[in-house]
Amino acid sequence: MTAIIHPDAPVDRIGAQASFRAAKHVRSLSDRGIAWLFIAPTIVLLLAINIFPLIWMIRLSFTSLNLSMSYLPLRFLGLDNYRDILTDEDLWARLQTTARFVICSVTLQVVIGFGLALLINRQFRTHSFWTTIILLPMMLSPAVVGNFWTLLFQPQIGPFNYLVGLLTGVAPSSFSMTGEVALAPWTIVLVDTWMWAPYVMLICLAGLRSIPDYIYEAAEVDRASSWRQFWSITLPMATPFLMLAVLFRAIENFKMFDMVNLLTSGGPGSTTELVSITLKRAAFEKWRTGYSSALAIILFVTVFGAANIYVKALNRVKQR
Amino acid sequence: MTPVAKSTAHSVVEASPRVKAFAGAFVILYAVIAILPLLWIVATAFKSQSDAIAYPPKVIFRPTLEGYVNLFTVRTRQTSEFIASLPPATTWYDKLVRKHDMVIAGPSKVVPRFINSLVIGFGSTFLAVLLGTLAAYAFSRFRIPLADDLLFFILSTRMMPPVAVAIPIYLMYRQLDLTDTWTGMIVLYTAVNVSLAVWLLKGFIDEIPREYEEAALVDGYTRLQALRKVVLPQAVTGIAATAIFCLIFSWNEYAFAVLLTSGDAQTMPPFIPFIIGEGGQDWPAVAAATTLFVIPIVLFTIVLRRHLLRGITFGAVRK
Repeated sequence: MTAIIHPDAPVDRIGAQASFRAAKHVRSLSDRGIAWLFIAPTIVLLLAINIFPLIWMIRLSFTSLNLSMSYLPLRFLGLDNYRDILTDEDLWARLQTTARFVICSVTLQVVIGFGLALLINRQFRTHSFWTTIILLPMMLSPAVVGNFWTLLFQPQIGPFNYLVGLLTGVAPSSFSMTGEVALAPWTIVLVDTWMWAPYVMLICLAGLRSIPDYIYEAAEVDRASSWRQFWSITLPMATPFLMLAVLFRAIENFKMFDMVNLLTSGGPGSTTELVSITLKRAAFEKWRTGYSSALAIILFVTVFGAANIYVKALNRVKQR
Repeated sequence: MTPVAKSTAHSVVEASPRVKAFAGAFVILYAVIAILPLLWIVATAFKSQSDAIAYPPKVIFRPTLEGYVNLFTVRTRQTSEFIASLPPATTWYDKLVRKHDMVIAGPSKVVPRFINSLVIGFGSTFLAVLLGTLAAYAFSRFRIPLADDLLFFILSTRMMPPVAVAIPIYLMYRQLDLTDTWTGMIVLYTAVNVSLAVWLLKGFIDEIPREYEEAALVDGYTRLQALRKVVLPQAVTGIAATAIFCLIFSWNEYAFAVLLTSGDAQTMPPFIPFIIGEGGQDWPAVAAATTLFVIPIVLFTIVLRRHLLRGITFGAVRK
């Protein structure tokens, strides 16, 4: 039977399935029936928990609903909420804060992650043990991480300030990583990088290992310098993997809420207030449900656009 | 990897010993620095209250279990005369607490919170893996119209900011009386996890050769029997890895938990930051809770090491 030798060839598969269909029990479900029966629960769940609420939220975003004043009559506002959001200078400032956070942390993570991957790829002894150690931070709960870094960053009693003091001679209690306007944005970048540089590293490592040795051997025969080998072989061939890591991290950091909420809760002032934190304040502290629904929709559209790019990049990587 | 590459294992590509030593030193230095914050927390859990807030920060200290005792109990401050009038402390933890003029008033909320984390974590993991396995099998083996669009739809539900998703869920759960319940959280986490489960499991099932099932079908098995007796036993590693990833997500999740639960169904992540003693956070107790909370994750990371890459990229990179 040739059909079994090439199961992925579409024409053969149809032939194979037709012959098996005859061999099956009479009372069994058709393949098509089974397929839909298997997929339906997942789709129904996602429709109920994701799509129905989404549609509801789109409707709410055109209204004046405020849960702390739900006795007020519900007014239909049309696009007013959207206009308010898009013309609100404070909100643009929050978006800039978010953009700066995303760009700085992802850049740092790429530099450190790719560097570590290059070093680990040298396959020194015990490299696998140390890789596992390095990977630990990214597996932790971001909320718990944000919480325990507040202890490490305590100006008086925290080991971070003490270490910086030892290394630079600055008095440990003279600065506060989470309490100063100049430092706090860098603090969230630092903790996020600590957590997620290993993520970029792991993906880059897969990229480096996908490069066949014979390419380097050919380059060696041609007497290409190792500098040249890096720029013409290593980097181009690892790029799709790097892209995947960057896109994934960018989306995740754009949505960032938990770690920052516990580390600085947006402060001091609003220096580290990312859009997710703004959204949470509007929706769950001021209870402006109509307004925050509109903001959530705007964020959805943004992330959805990014997700589209992500999936395209993902498919390109898969084809390799 | 091609056979050509394999036959030249000892080639120019292999790094020289000096390069290896240099690379190793750097990586180990990074690993040690990166793990220090975690070690500090584990150490803080064994400090006394005064050691935990000492200046300069104490690296060497007399270890005590006060942090763990404080984590699991509620204590009240009493006059020393009152404590002297009590019958002598019988247990080691009573003695520990009385040294600080305190008396144990009862258990703290940490055990119920821990149970919430376990129930919601395992419940949502079980459902997500069950639904995910069925859907992944269908996507892997059958011709489904618009399969790519459906798969993208399934993935895209995971791309939404959790705070944004929480707004309509909050309203919906209020109507359905599901706020702060196990059911509500399990359903929500299942919905989030199922996208990961479908994508990961589709990858694992794709790798199982079709021939095995087809042979079983020829032998007179039905599709369901073939799935149960041929495919599932071979997918067991993949299913286990997927389950652990789902469990880790539910275990670590904070945004939904803090916005949609307040007491009865509250899990550990929103609970830990609010372990407070007299005057602010009780750091040894917080550190103790963090340590207990993180231990399963460390074990899982070691177990999952081989599948980690797949899990964090939704199966995009397989190695």
